[in-house]
Amino acid sequence: MEQYDGLRISRTDDLVFGRCPRPLRVGGLVIGGGIVYPELNFTLPPMAITEATMPEIRDEYRQMADEACSRAAALEVPGLVLELELLPELTREPEWGAEITAILRERLDAHRASRGLVSALRVTPSDLRDFVRPPLMRTGEEWEHMMRSFDLCAQAGADMLAIESTGGKEIHDDALLNGDLPGALFALGVLGCRDMAFLWDMIVDVTTRRHVIAAGDTACGFGNTAMMLADGGFIPRIWAAVIRVMTVPRSLVAYERGAVGPSKDCAYEGPFLKAITGYPIAMEGAEAACAHPSPVGNIAKAAADLWSNESVQNVKLLGGMAPTVSMEQLAYATRLMNVASANDKAVELRDWLVESDAALDPQAYILRPDVVLGLAAEIVAEPTPYRRTRRAALAALQALRGAAGEAGLTMSRAEQRWLTRLSEQAEQLPEDEDSFIDEVVSQIDRQKVHLDQYDLTAVR
Amino acid sequence: MTIIPELREAVIDGRAKLAVTMVTQGLEQGIPAETLLQDGLIAAMKEVGQLFEEHEIYVPEMLVAARAMNAAVDVLKPQLVEHAVKSSGTVAIGTVQGDLHDIGKNLVAMMLKGSGFEVVDLGTDVPPERFVDAIRAGADVVAMSALLTTTMTSMKEVVEAISLAGLRDRVRIIVGGAPITARYATEIGADGYAPDASKAVRKVRELLTV
Repeated sequence: MEQYDGLRISRTDDLVFGRCPRPLRVGGLVIGGGIVYPELNFTLPPMAITEATMPEIRDEYRQMADEACSRAAALEVPGLVLELELLPELTREPEWGAEITAILRERLDAHRASRGLVSALRVTPSDLRDFVRPPLMRTGEEWEHMMRSFDLCAQAGADMLAIESTGGKEIHDDALLNGDLPGALFALGVLGCRDMAFLWDMIVDVTTRRHVIAAGDTACGFGNTAMMLADGGFIPRIWAAVIRVMTVPRSLVAYERGAVGPSKDCAYEGPFLKAITGYPIAMEGAEAACAHPSPVGNIAKAAADLWSNESVQNVKLLGGMAPTVSMEQLAYATRLMNVASANDKAVELRDWLVESDAALDPQAYILRPDVVLGLAAEIVAEPTPYRRTRRAALAALQALRGAAGEAGLTMSRAEQRWLTRLSEQAEQLPEDEDSFIDEVVSQIDRQKVHLDQYDLTAVR
Repeated sequence: MTIIPELREAVIDGRAKLAVTMVTQGLEQGIPAETLLQDGLIAAMKEVGQLFEEHEIYVPEMLVAARAMNAAVDVLKPQLVEHAVKSSGTVAIGTVQGDLHDIGKNLVAMMLKGSGFEVVDLGTDVPPERFVDAIRAGADVVAMSALLTTTMTSMKEVVEAISLAGLRDRVRIIVGGAPITARYATEIGADGYAPDASKAVRKVRELLTV
């Protein structure tokens, strides 16, 4: 286990795209070694996934990889990461997911041999536990399929394994919709952190046995769900910003258990993780609009070591198949960042990217490099995941309260009302984890969660 | 008579105990239950919906208002049943088979309830036959949600199952979710599509002409 009680990056100018204190060497790439690489993620068009459609599915993935790699080579990218995010059906049938992994491996190797395209393959099985409610976090068919999927995909040619884990989400969704800060703290700081410790011990066991890289996780089901709800006007953006910072301790647990990056592209908490661990991160923003909107399209590039499109379906656009179009967009975006770095102007470009977004949305503001470092330092000064998550909420709210004046962060009347409301809730959060758990457990719907699956005794 | 305006304010502010007190007093004063329901509670939730659309409030505040409304409706229920006061319609809502995403579906259900509809929440990963059963049990509208491109195809199976059961004419079908479009809704034979929860309520009202 690695303990993180300080920052690996403490100077603002050192939190910049392409560089990190602990770069990762994989497949000929040096992620975080000075160059930003594109990370392309593609998925199937609308279609059923069955035994009968698997031949067509194999062809889809083969074609997507082939055409994207050809475009990447034509645009002379310095290297490429392909991500295979396994759909639930392809995780539930681990052999199918392994087949697709092998197909992508073969295509990447072929393009390396014929065109010198340097590459690596990330495979992300689906967290099937989310398909049962209340979810079984450590046992059952879903758990077995998921772990077998990790193992088979590692054997089939994955260089890196990742996941978008969901432990705690069964409580977090309601907490989000109800503006319930204690509920979110319980979901992230108590349930989520416990699940991460268990899950990542298992994943690192697989990666150690199979000699592949334990990359990282994401709080997508928490922070990005909040971001989407805020974008739709369903919850305040302030709330989504606080949630984002509260996800940091949970995602950090993966690194404590042996993950070495790069974090998942949809882990917008990545800059915090990079500052704390020193490991490289994947990020997404403007070029991920094919998957979802965001208020952080430019600022998300500020500390990225891999730059991703999140996910794009294999459909025909005027410019070609969508994954190939995405590949081009990523190639150009990363080319600009790398030219800036080569000319010693990375910090300058980074500052423009930051300035373009930071004052327009609290979720962008909390990704400002100086804000990231300040909040990250406060978080790791606390001794436990619970206390870190609690501190994340308190510190984020304090930063946002100060932001309106100092940083010109625009906030509507309704948002300001919620800043006050959340601050009042935060001030009531106890330091003592046990008493907090007792209080929350007495109020939550016990039909929604198996507490014993999180090492919380059912006696409570 | 200030009961009705005070009842509306209590619901809008999410003050459940006060809302219960107001309807109790209203009944004692001889105000018909249906008047308290329509002019007090449903009118309040319409205003809540309006405030939400104007970005003056968010879902958490709507939920608190809806809980206040439901607490008051519980007081009125015996009278409403006695006088055979019907809801605006019954909506059976669910996320389709193979899909576990439920936040959007839950939001739509909440807003439909707050607008005076009976809602039968079928949950997630709902097979076609359960939607068919819901129609047999009295649903006027079937509302389906899907978040994945690989599960949205189940919506067509539901429409086909309803037709095969001979129930297509008895029900209106509305669909929604991130990968869904109005064109897709038409393609599969649904009656309507809504891109978000508040438009879903409007579409249901339009389909049921209420």
